[in-house]
Amino acid sequence: MRLEIPELAVIALVGVSGSGKSTFAKTHFKETEVLSSDFFRALISDDENNQSVTSAAFETLYYVANKRLSLGLLTVIDATNVQKEAREGVLKLAKAQNCHAVAIVLDMPESLCRTRNETRSDRNFGDHVIRRQSAALRRSIKHLQKEGFRHVYVLQSPTEAAAAEIVRTPLWNNKKDERGPFDIIGDVHGCYDELCALLTKMGYAVDKAACTAAPPPGRKAVFLGDLCDRGPHNMQVLRLVMDMAQSGHAYCVAGNHDVKLLKKLSGKQVQLSHGLETTTQELAAESDEFLEMVQAFLRGLISHYVFDNGNLVVAHAGLKEAYQGRGSARVRDFCLFGDTNGETDAYGLPVRLPWASEYRGKALVVYGHTPTPEAAFSNNTICIDTGCVFGGKLTALRYPEKALVEVLAAREYYAPAKPLLADTANTDDMLSIEDVMGQKYLSTPLRRAIKIREENAAAALEAISRFAADPHWLVYLPPTMSPCETSTLPDYLEYPTGAFAYYKASGVGKVVCEQKHMGSRAVIVLCKDEAVAAKRFAVSDGSFGIIYTRMGRHFFEEKETETQLLSRLRAALTRAHFWEDFATDWVCIDAELMPWSAKAQKLLVEQYAPVGRAGRDGLTAAAAAIQNAASALGAPNELLSSLLAETESRKDALARYADAYRAYCWTVNSVEDYRIAPFHLLATEGKTWADQTHLWHMDTIKNYMTGSDPIFVATKHILVDLADENSVQAGIDWWLKLTESGGEGMVVKPYDFIATKNGELLQPAVKCRGREYLRIIYGPEYTLGDNLQRLKKRSLTRKRNLALNEFALGMESLQRFVKGDPLYRVHECVFGVLAMESEPVDPRL
Amino acid sequence: MLLTITYTGQNTQNLGFLLYKNPARPQTVTLSYGKAYIFYPEISDTRTTAALLLSLDPIDLARGKAGSTGGGLFDYVNDRPYVSSSFMSTAISKAFGTAMSGRADEHQALSDSTLDLTAVISMLPCVGEKEKLSAVFAPLGYEVQYDAALSDEKFPAWGESRYVNLTLHGKVRLRDLLRHIFVLIPVFDRQKHYWVGEDEVKKLLSHGEGWLENHPEKAYITGRYLGRRKSLVSMAFAQLAGHEDAEEPAKESSETRVTLNMQRLNRVLAALKSSGASSVVDLGCGEGRLLSLLIKERQFSRIAGMDVSHVALKRASDRLRLESAGESYRERIALFQGSLTYKDSRISGFEAASVVEVVEHLDPARLSAFERVLFAFAKPKTIVLTTPNKEYNANYAFLHPKDLRHGDHRFEWTRAEFRNWANRIAADYGYRVEISEIGEADEIHGAPTQMGVFQLCD
Repeated sequence: MRLEIPELAVIALVGVSGSGKSTFAKTHFKETEVLSSDFFRALISDDENNQSVTSAAFETLYYVANKRLSLGLLTVIDATNVQKEAREGVLKLAKAQNCHAVAIVLDMPESLCRTRNETRSDRNFGDHVIRRQSAALRRSIKHLQKEGFRHVYVLQSPTEAAAAEIVRTPLWNNKKDERGPFDIIGDVHGCYDELCALLTKMGYAVDKAACTAAPPPGRKAVFLGDLCDRGPHNMQVLRLVMDMAQSGHAYCVAGNHDVKLLKKLSGKQVQLSHGLETTTQELAAESDEFLEMVQAFLRGLISHYVFDNGNLVVAHAGLKEAYQGRGSARVRDFCLFGDTNGETDAYGLPVRLPWASEYRGKALVVYGHTPTPEAAFSNNTICIDTGCVFGGKLTALRYPEKALVEVLAAREYYAPAKPLLADTANTDDMLSIEDVMGQKYLSTPLRRAIKIREENAAAALEAISRFAADPHWLVYLPPTMSPCETSTLPDYLEYPTGAFAYYKASGVGKVVCEQKHMGSRAVIVLCKDEAVAAKRFAVSDGSFGIIYTRMGRHFFEEKETETQLLSRLRAALTRAHFWEDFATDWVCIDAELMPWSAKAQKLLVEQYAPVGRAGRDGLTAAAAAIQNAASALGAPNELLSSLLAETESRKDALARYADAYRAYCWTVNSVEDYRIAPFHLLATEGKTWADQTHLWHMDTIKNYMTGSDPIFVATKHILVDLADENSVQAGIDWWLKLTESGGEGMVVKPYDFIATKNGELLQPAVKCRGREYLRIIYGPEYTLGDNLQRLKKRSLTRKRNLALNEFALGMESLQRFVKGDPLYRVHECVFGVLAMESEPVDPRL
Repeated sequence: MLLTITYTGQNTQNLGFLLYKNPARPQTVTLSYGKAYIFYPEISDTRTTAALLLSLDPIDLARGKAGSTGGGLFDYVNDRPYVSSSFMSTAISKAFGTAMSGRADEHQALSDSTLDLTAVISMLPCVGEKEKLSAVFAPLGYEVQYDAALSDEKFPAWGESRYVNLTLHGKVRLRDLLRHIFVLIPVFDRQKHYWVGEDEVKKLLSHGEGWLENHPEKAYITGRYLGRRKSLVSMAFAQLAGHEDAEEPAKESSETRVTLNMQRLNRVLAALKSSGASSVVDLGCGEGRLLSLLIKERQFSRIAGMDVSHVALKRASDRLRLESAGESYRERIALFQGSLTYKDSRISGFEAASVVEVVEHLDPARLSAFERVLFAFAKPKTIVLTTPNKEYNANYAFLHPKDLRHGDHRFEWTRAEFRNWANRIAADYGYRVEISEIGEADEIHGAPTQMGVFQLCD
């Protein structure tokens, strides 16, 4: 016997004790698919026959069953299920999970069950138990269907049970194997002229008189329902769609108007309103035969389809993630009417809850139902009902291209109950706390399953809520950067050979060494104008760009400096025809902003300068006292002379330290005193530039951003061929020269922006800091005595791991932004970087 | 890092006997983070100077001592190796412990008499007003001199450094000089390299004996020496006072502010009570001051507090004693971390919400998100919101005209600005709003706080 069961269902095995349910389940289902009451009794009480824990056992069983079904997994309930009350639990479960319930009854001879039970030493039910169960089963069998089981199969002998074949059938809505391409068409409402025009525009061969249309090879049309009512040519629309559906050229889902029309055709009482009156008039002229065809067609319409391996869902009024691929009255209602709670608005129309603003699913949901002036994506959903019948337009979405095709309505065919307004509640610019809180795994092409720890997320939530700029602007946060391997040279903590060796060992042939500007990291997002900012970044404060720190904070507390710097950059880009050459109206740039003292003023005044002051004066006083003591003694003293020598070298270290930090300080009187050195052109409209080499970035920045305005400065750099000893030596010499003249050091980057070895991401950059500069990191005296040797014991592992994860997340957030992903998708990556920054890592690295 | 003590008079080389350190032999003592040198820059019959020079290990300071796992106390770039701090006090007690106790064996008479002594403390970090140096040392019988230099002479705009070279001259007993310095260095530096516990009270009392009890700056000295730890300070006071009434050190915040806060909370509480709500969520609950009032009211059967700061929530939990509370108490109240700019289902379903002195901490650009989170999504029937009245700032003498009341305030509204905002919000989201003032109002500027009570229209 073939037992056909839906691929997603709750299956109740029904039968008395000893009827062979467990054996049957074992034979026909995966072990993990079967939840047996005996097993849960044992799990709770160590005894599978302990009847006193039955209700706790079922509670646990249903808890697990709910979890499984939420994940879309078929679940078998292996319990006697002979009582109606027991089965109610199964039906309730199916209902809650919007899937079908199936009953498989093992109706075995009572004597057989009795014998089986007798042979089991752990089961000593009296005969009366079996008898009672049998009686209950007898009473039940014929009511099962009525109780709500979609399929009921009764097996009456062990042979039948053994011969049973379970066939799992896909749900009607499951068209995952249909990959398209599709042309999804919004609510037509009898606008036949516009429909024909739209299909023609998309390359369909339309025979308007015959009401037929053939798609371009490979394509299929998908209608979102509401074919009729209100418009002028309802019958033609029906004819055409029915013909296309019949010839396999189109799918169609049910709309609320279609359902109402079906009711009318089936002879039920319906109100002739909301446009049904127009359709009804047309119906009168049609043959019975046609009306029957229409009835059959409408009856066959299902509520939604899941296409393209689960990546596309179409439903008349949309569908939230939990309902996709499910089948129940509740799901159908959602598909037809959207998320409603019975309330109506001032126009008497049902209030629709903003399910799309909360949508976080992976499938693109294309829907209609709610007329809106423009079709717009929101959290991977799009409503393409653009109110054609109300004088708007008829819209199609081409999938997978995600291109919109529109035909304007010839006129208003029907007055709308309320003006067509954009659905502001359903926009995707609201972030939800679930998007960021708790432990998360983010997957990126560069690094898989990046773990964001819960406590780090908590720290980041505070940082981002209290200090960060508007999340709409934050499309990227830069990664932390690891130093190169600790040098083995006696006088150096960091030296270029460490960086070169790392990349060489990783199979990188060439590296670009870039001067490390000693300022503060700044990310610049700049739009051509305020309108672009409002449209592309959805910012509402009238700004046209932002300069933010690596923690996502506004770089400048006062708006004026930021605006002036942004205007200057905008002017430079405009002069260089950047906007035209890159076909973009916005840009995102990674840069260093100088002087360091501009951002680090507090640090300098409260920490760096005081240490210099105390050290220089303290040691001067100490040296004088020691010298006096030496002369007071009148005879040479070893302790004093070595103390004096030590103090003199400490004095020298302090002087060098003061010079080191001073090199990065200058007074800023006006915007003219800032210097900005861009070093990555991160992204422009539709594109990130991570596929270009670092030399390309240097050249592009030189060509478009620096040179014409003294604020924007180029970055000195040199290409080093790691296979060529001379080139390597030139790189070292270059670094020595740079750092000996007060430079911070250099950043060594692989030639390619994204470098990998055996598929593993390599450090996007490592820094190699100068000997003098490091005094402001490791203290003025780090070079003295054995200090350097002691400091060399440091581990880079955590820092490097962080750098990789943060880089991968940064690239991913940019990628998502340029792709047009919703805000939460971009934000979760940016948030992830910030969360990682709360990891405790040696801040000196 | 350097302390010198000069003895002027006859046979001044006897300073060596008093200090138990031979002027002819420079020596060292070991300290926990380095060592100290003792030597004599001047030796003559009429004038002898002893020097105590610290040499601290900067790496140990930053990383923790070898073998320790706790990590260091300080940044690599820190002033400790170069200044006179609690390390100096420790070194004094280690190097000159006997002299501090006043024991001098055959030179006891000299030790017991006042001498012409000059102490120079190099690089004493002086946090706060430098005038306090005189106020503290002069009553002890010293002529006080100090000089301070710019933080960095290349950048005069960065101002004067906090370090002074302090010279104290007076006729005092050596042991008193040492004990004064021992106690008062950390009073000015305000940073100790060790945990300030009850031991510190003992140390203070024993080294302060005979001079601290009646010192006019007693409160200042005690408060700062004990790192402003309230319980320790009152313990010291009780013991110092003996017969006198204990005088509490001045509080950081002025009395009127505390009152305003209480007034504000009481008004918010009253508004919540009269709304008839039985459930209320306090958004930006901070340390839970309002929550602790709400919990006492039987009207509220379900209470929640949300704050973005983990630390604040921990304090709120302590204040409400949630850890040890019984089930029925804990079922009434919940605390959770959240942010007002993220949509959050946990704040839905409450009849009322309070937002006390919170909105002004949001960037103006984030206000629209906040509005939607609260008024459009959570949508409680009643919302009680308070925020400062910027106009009233004119009454705060310590505020410059452009200043805001709190460093973290992103904006403050005038009464008109608040009214406009509140009316717009009410109109946009279907609420009615009533605005009132909290605190003592003046005719021109109004009251310090303004409150809006929003009621959802039916």
